[in-house]
Amino acid sequence: MKKIIALLIVLALCVAFAGCSKSEEKADVKGEGVMTYAQYVAAAIDSEVVVETYVQAKQSWWDNKATFYTQDKDGAYFLYEMPCTEEEYNKLTKGTKIKVTGFKSEWSGEVEITDAKFEIEEGSYTASAFDATSLIGSADLDKHANELVAFKGMTVEAYDESGAAFAYKNEAEKTDDLYFKASKDGKTIDFCVEFYLTGKDTDVYKAVEGFKVGDKVDIECFLYYYNGVNPHVVGAAASK
Amino acid sequence: MIRKLLSLFFCLLFVLALAGCHGSQGLDPFEAPEEFDLSKRCEITFWAKNDTNKVQTKIYEKAIADFEALYPNIKVNMRLYTDYGKIYNDVITNISTNTTPNLCISYPDHIATYLTGSNVVVPLEDLFDHPKYGLGGSEVRFDAPKKEEIIPQFLRECTIEGRTYALPYMRSTEACYINKTYVEALGYEIPEILTWDYIWEVSEAAMQRDADGTFLVNGQTIMIPFIYKSTDNMMIQMLRQKDAPYSNEQGEIAIFNDTTKELLYTVAEHTKTGAFSTFKIDSYPGNFLNAGQCIFAVDSTAGATWIGSKAPLLDISEDKLVDFETVVRPVPQFDPEHPKMISQGPSICMFNKRDPQQVLASWLFLQYLLTNDVQIAYSETEGYVPVTKKAQESEEYRDYLSRCGEDTSEHYEVKIKASELLLSNTQYTFTTPVFNGSASLRDAAGQMIENTAKSVRRRQTIDDAYFEKLFTDVNALYHLDQNDTGAIEKSSLGPLPKTALTLLIVLGAVWVLIGVWAFFNLLRRKKADLPH
Repeated sequence: MKKIIALLIVLALCVAFAGCSKSEEKADVKGEGVMTYAQYVAAAIDSEVVVETYVQAKQSWWDNKATFYTQDKDGAYFLYEMPCTEEEYNKLTKGTKIKVTGFKSEWSGEVEITDAKFEIEEGSYTASAFDATSLIGSADLDKHANELVAFKGMTVEAYDESGAAFAYKNEAEKTDDLYFKASKDGKTIDFCVEFYLTGKDTDVYKAVEGFKVGDKVDIECFLYYYNGVNPHVVGAAASK
Repeated sequence: MIRKLLSLFFCLLFVLALAGCHGSQGLDPFEAPEEFDLSKRCEITFWAKNDTNKVQTKIYEKAIADFEALYPNIKVNMRLYTDYGKIYNDVITNISTNTTPNLCISYPDHIATYLTGSNVVVPLEDLFDHPKYGLGGSEVRFDAPKKEEIIPQFLRECTIEGRTYALPYMRSTEACYINKTYVEALGYEIPEILTWDYIWEVSEAAMQRDADGTFLVNGQTIMIPFIYKSTDNMMIQMLRQKDAPYSNEQGEIAIFNDTTKELLYTVAEHTKTGAFSTFKIDSYPGNFLNAGQCIFAVDSTAGATWIGSKAPLLDISEDKLVDFETVVRPVPQFDPEHPKMISQGPSICMFNKRDPQQVLASWLFLQYLLTNDVQIAYSETEGYVPVTKKAQESEEYRDYLSRCGEDTSEHYEVKIKASELLLSNTQYTFTTPVFNGSASLRDAAGQMIENTAKSVRRRQTIDDAYFEKLFTDVNALYHLDQNDTGAIEKSSLGPLPKTALTLLIVLGAVWVLIGVWAFFNLLRRKKADLPH
């Protein structure tokens, strides 16, 4: 009898744990009138969209607007130049849940939400990087557009004919973006260290300045597009 | 009685002292020294701009090195920007702390805003004529251009409220870069001067698709026949070509008129069919052109090295590049007999400093940037033209132009043709009036096209009511209704406003009353102290 009771308790625990795990992974429950990520993806360019999402990172605030990298548990949304006061900008910290109403747009291949309005809601979520290394060069990578992703074991390639491992947009002053290329199994990605997201004093900017052609590196980035995949890098380190 | 008069006197003195404070924070007007002190070490700062082009950076560096060799007592520190807007923002920030650079590259619209401070920017007329250090002066150690050798039209563009506050550095205009291969495939020929009707007609013809949605002209699923980079220029040029109001020299805003509305209706019509779009909505016109997804791409002549299937600079991957013949033409016109096109490009202004010797050193370097060495080298990096006749007519520059198409780098055909476009049409170029607020008006002009195009794409109703609201919204957004039309630099901030003067008089009067009260109080006490 004791054995049966013990077995039942173990089974009950297992079911309970499984239940917990499932509730953590399940998709967001959206408010009324709010699109799911799938509905957002299906929406036509230039149509109005309403989404609930969580701030993951932000570019610097200027002239009462800022650009945000946001993501829910199903996918990511890039909010381009969303109007906000400096006070609001300061409140939009990593993980903050916001309801965004704007227009789905596409600029140079980047799908984004423009002319947006937002309101802060209760809730918090911080995404961990999805390992997209195996998707390099495949159409499936596009399904993770704007998400925080990781590319592991990448080899730093020469950026241009000069043989340099990276290039500054403004070489003299280092007050602008930084570019580099890295490949895996012969497939190359053009990366960008976006200055307004991670400036010259950040660890990632400095790490890329230390790159040498042939280095093996792990890269964490938001999967941004500019005439093709052109991720905005937020982490770079030697491959483990 | 004497005490009362004394009190009144001190109060008046106080009022005068306060009034004197008004406007005393600025620098004194610059007066050119008779001699430049070659024994005194002098350090100047130059804020420059390049087009993310390393060759341009090297030209600046060489110019500085050559100049410092001529004037060993002058050290030039350069700070490079890739964006005019950032220079403007930094200058505005630094004006308040008197930490402006000595020289900076700017647009005249921006300089007009710098002028709202007192003696911030140095007017240059006196320096032009300085017998020793003026343009081509006797003591200048290099072959500087004389005033009459600067293209008069370009120099006039640096005049604000009758005074010259900058020298032109480079000039460009806009060009329409055309995929000739596709135009001919559509059954059209390209005229020497494009008209707007022609552009719209060919663009609409290019919208034909097969049953699968593939465009017939390029066999792709993407085709935006006409893309405009700077919609502010688009609106400004269209209005000028129609002789319609925009603004006047006094800064009165006249852009919200029926012609503007009529033009926006046309923009809406062709946005609706998909024949027209803008850089802000889709991306760089040159990228679409190079990918065979655009037929008419309007962009600056200073961006010509990015245009064409053999362009030395590319922003799209090689596999997306399409082979086609590129033709360069002036922007479309309403009256091809009387073409009108914008003149644009960087000018250089000089900031006032406490040390006149430092300002004179800046002036010498400014002149140096107009020498043939710098002008020719820099203009060859893009579809710019030199701003002096001396450079334009030089053998070296003529040789450069004559070698058009010899290679796809230094003598890249599209780049040189873009330069030739401006050289042969300089007489048809114009600029808009410059005043404090003209930069905002320019932004507003473009915003109306952007908003209209976006609204059409978002299926909003475009009618008179829409434009009425658009005019109101844009007017408010850019504060055009609050434009301070007469705010350009004065020698001082002028007489005190009546309200300020009234306040100071009231303050003075209060002090008088306090004095009177204190006097009587003292008198009463003395009386009280007297033995009864």
